[in-house]
Amino acid sequence: MFAIARRLREAGVLGLNKRNTNFIMRLNPRRLYPRVDDKILTKELALAAGMAVPELYGIISNQRQVREFAGIVGDRESFVIKPAQGSGGDGILIVIGRSQRRRDTYRLSNGVRITEAEIAHHISNIVSGQYSLSGNPDKALIEYCVQFDPVFADLSYQGVPDIRVIVYRGYPTMAMVRLPTQASDGKANLHQGAVGAGVDMSTGETLTGVLENEIVDEHPDTGTLIAGLRIPQWDFILQLAARGYDVTDLGYLGVDIVVDRDLGPLILEMNVRPGLSIQIANCTGLTGRLARIDELYDETATPAERARIARLEFPAERQASMPFGQ
Amino acid sequence: MKHQYVYGLAALLTIVGLSVFAYKWQVLGFPISKDQETRVWTIESSISFDSGPGSIKVNLHIPTLTPGFRMLNENSVSRGYGFSLNYGTGGREAQWAIRRADGRQTIYYRVSVFEDPKNDQSDTTPPFPPPPAINEPFRTAVEVIVADVNDHSADTASFTSELLRRMNDQSPDPNIELLLSDADTPTEFVETITMILASARIPARMVRGFRLQGRQRNAEQLVWLEVHDGDRWRYFNPLTGEEGLPDRYLIWWRGNEPLIRVEGGSNVQVGFAVQENNLDTIAIAESRAAKKGTSLIDFSLYSLPIRTQAVYSVLLMIPIGAMVMVVLRNIVGIDAFGTFMPVLIALAFRETKLFWGVMLFTMLIALGLSIRFLLDRLRLLLVPRLSAVLIVVVLLMLIISMISHKLGLETGLSVALFPMVIIAMTIERMSVVWEERGPADAMRAAMGSLAIAIVAYIFMGIAWLEHLIFTFPELLLVALAMVVLVGRYTGYRLLELSRFRALAGS
Repeated sequence: MFAIARRLREAGVLGLNKRNTNFIMRLNPRRLYPRVDDKILTKELALAAGMAVPELYGIISNQRQVREFAGIVGDRESFVIKPAQGSGGDGILIVIGRSQRRRDTYRLSNGVRITEAEIAHHISNIVSGQYSLSGNPDKALIEYCVQFDPVFADLSYQGVPDIRVIVYRGYPTMAMVRLPTQASDGKANLHQGAVGAGVDMSTGETLTGVLENEIVDEHPDTGTLIAGLRIPQWDFILQLAARGYDVTDLGYLGVDIVVDRDLGPLILEMNVRPGLSIQIANCTGLTGRLARIDELYDETATPAERARIARLEFPAERQASMPFGQ
Repeated sequence: MKHQYVYGLAALLTIVGLSVFAYKWQVLGFPISKDQETRVWTIESSISFDSGPGSIKVNLHIPTLTPGFRMLNENSVSRGYGFSLNYGTGGREAQWAIRRADGRQTIYYRVSVFEDPKNDQSDTTPPFPPPPAINEPFRTAVEVIVADVNDHSADTASFTSELLRRMNDQSPDPNIELLLSDADTPTEFVETITMILASARIPARMVRGFRLQGRQRNAEQLVWLEVHDGDRWRYFNPLTGEEGLPDRYLIWWRGNEPLIRVEGGSNVQVGFAVQENNLDTIAIAESRAAKKGTSLIDFSLYSLPIRTQAVYSVLLMIPIGAMVMVVLRNIVGIDAFGTFMPVLIALAFRETKLFWGVMLFTMLIALGLSIRFLLDRLRLLLVPRLSAVLIVVVLLMLIISMISHKLGLETGLSVALFPMVIIAMTIERMSVVWEERGPADAMRAAMGSLAIAIVAYIFMGIAWLEHLIFTFPELLLVALAMVVLVGRYTGYRLLELSRFRALAGS
C-alpha cells in the first residue's frame, strides 16, 4: 500500500486532498466562484473579453417564465437547456431536432422523443434548484447547440465531445478530449462513462483514452482508435483556455472548450474543481508540470505567450501515440 | 506558513485537552473505565450521657491526619447544640455546647473515608520531649532500661523495637516488671512505653484508631505506637515490636488524652459503628474536587440532571462519529450522500441495533426510492415533491412499525428513531443521482453511506469510549485537533491508490 503511494508520488500524481488544499483553496478564492459556478455570469465575462462562447438564446429565471420557453426557442431546430449553477453536467438537456409531424415534440441527442410539457417540467425542476450546487433556486439557460467538428465524428457517440484544459496560474497545463459514449448518455463527463483521451500539449494530438479509470485504446461504441487524432486549431484552443484565467482570476481552473463546425473553438464552461482523471488519460501526473509553471511564472506574459510555453514545455512522451506511416 | 498555524492550533488543542484530562484523572481521581466503585467506610460515633443541671460542653477527638485514608465528608447530628472545631494537642476536636438540656442526650459524629494508599499525611516534626518527672523507684528502673536498650540498639527505630521486645517478653526483667505492675490495659501499657521513650528523649505518642472491616456495630479501639526518628513518624505494633500500620487502620486521635470530655454530664457512653458501602468513584472524585475548590468540577456533566445526562452521553458521541467520517471520507475516500447523514443513521442504529438498523434502513430507502420514481411521473415541483417524499417516509415508518408489531417483532418499532428528514433527503438525492449518473453510482454512494454509518456505529457504541468522553469531555478538544489535522492532510486517499494504479505501474 505504501509502496503504491510512493510510486504515485514519484510519478507526480496529484491526489484529491492535495488538489483541494494546495491548489483550489490557495488559488481559487471563494468570492470568485460565482464567475464560473454561474454559467450566465461566465458567459457575460467571456463575451466582455471578446471570447467565443455559444450564443445565449434566453434565460428562464422563475416558474412563471417557464411557459415562455417556446417563445425563446422560436423555430430553432436544436438548442441546449442547462442549469446556470449545475455541476458535473447534471440537468443538461440537448435537443437536436424536432419531430417532422408535430412541432411540439423534440428529439434529444440520445434519440429519445420528448414533449414540450416534459421539457417545461425539466426547466421548472432546474429553476427550483434540483441541479444547483447549493439547492437554491436557479436559472435555466437556453443556448446554441454546438455542431461539433466532423473531425470527432468517429470518436463520439451522440453528443458533443469537448476539450478540457487545466489552466494553472494562467498557463495551460494539461488537456484531454472527452468523448461521449452510449454509457454516458451523450454527455462528456468522465464519471458518467465518457472516455477521456490525453492530448499532447505541443501538437494537439490525442493519446490513449481512459474509461472508468482504465486505459482503453478504442472508443467503446465506435471501435475507432482513440490515439493519433489531431485537434484542429490547437494553438487557438490553448490561447482561449489561457484567457480563461484573465477573465476569472482563478489560479486553478478547468476550461471546457468545444470545437464548432462553423464557429470554431468556443468556451463552453469553466470549472473551479476540475477532476483528476485527466492524469490517467495523459499517463502523467500533474505535480511536475505545476511545479514547472511555478518556476517560469511570469506575471506579465500574454495568453499567447503562455500558450506557447505550454506547447514548448509539456510535450507528451511519445509512448502511446501511433508511429507515423504505419 | 499556514501549515504552522494548523499544527500549532492542533498541538494547543491536544495539550489543553490532555492536560485537563490528566488533571482530572490523576489528581481528582476520575475513573477512566466505567463502573469503578470505591469502598467507603462510614464511622459513626454516638455519644450519650445524662445531662446535668447546668450548661453542657462535650469535646470529642476526631480524625485529623489519616495515613492510608482520605476523608470524603463528615458531619455531626445533635439537637440544639452549638458546634465548633478546635485544634488541640492530639489533633482536631469537635466541640458541642448547650446552655441547658434535659434527660439523656445523644450526639452523633459521622465521618466517611475511603482508602487511598497515596495519602501519606505526616505530622510536623515535634520538639524533643522534656524528660518526664518520675518518682522513685520507677525513675531508677526507667534509667536502667534506657541505658540497657541503648547498648543494644543503633538508632531510634531499633531502640523502639528492642524496647518493645523486652516489654513483651514472657519473663521480663525485674525493672520492666516493676514499671508494668499497674499497667492493666493496652492504653496504660503504651502510656508506659511512651514514658520510657520520652526519658530517652525520643518523641513518641500513643495512637488510637479502628480497623475498618465490613460492618461493625461496636468497633474496638486499637492502640498503636508512633515514634519520630528525627525525620518522620514511624508506626510500631506495641505488642510485637513490628513496624508498620495494620491493614485499613484509621487513626482517630493521637496522644494520651482521653477520647472524650464531657462537662456538665454524667454516665458518658461512646460507641463506634462502622458501615461499609461501595460508592461510585466519580462521586468521590467530585467531592474531592469540591473540597479543593476546583471550578473545573462545576462544569462536570455529572452535575446535570440525570435525564439531561442521558441526552449528552449520546450527543457527545456525535463528534466521534464525525471523526470516523472524516477519516473514512478524506483518508480512505469513500463516497457518501450528505455530509452528516451517515452519522445520524449511526445514531439511529444505536437504538435499533446493527442488524435491524441495516434491514430497516435498506427497506426504507428501497421503498421510498420506488415511490419517489412513481412521484416523478407526476412532475411535481421540487419543494412539494420533497415534502411528498417526506410524508411517504413517515407513512412507511408507520407501516413498518405496524406490520412488525403484528408479527411480534418489537425491534421493527424502533424504525421511528430514524431521522426522517435526512432519510427523505437521501432518497431524493439518490433518485437524482440514479437518473443522472445511473444506478451504479447511486448504489455505490448508498453503500458508501451505509458502510460509514456501520463503522461510525461501531465506534460510537464502544462503552468505555462513551464513558471516557462523558467523564472527560475535554477529550473532544483532542478530537477537534485530529479533525483539524486531517483537514490539512494532502496525501493520497486510500481509494485513489487503486484509482490511479494505471499511473503507478510504469
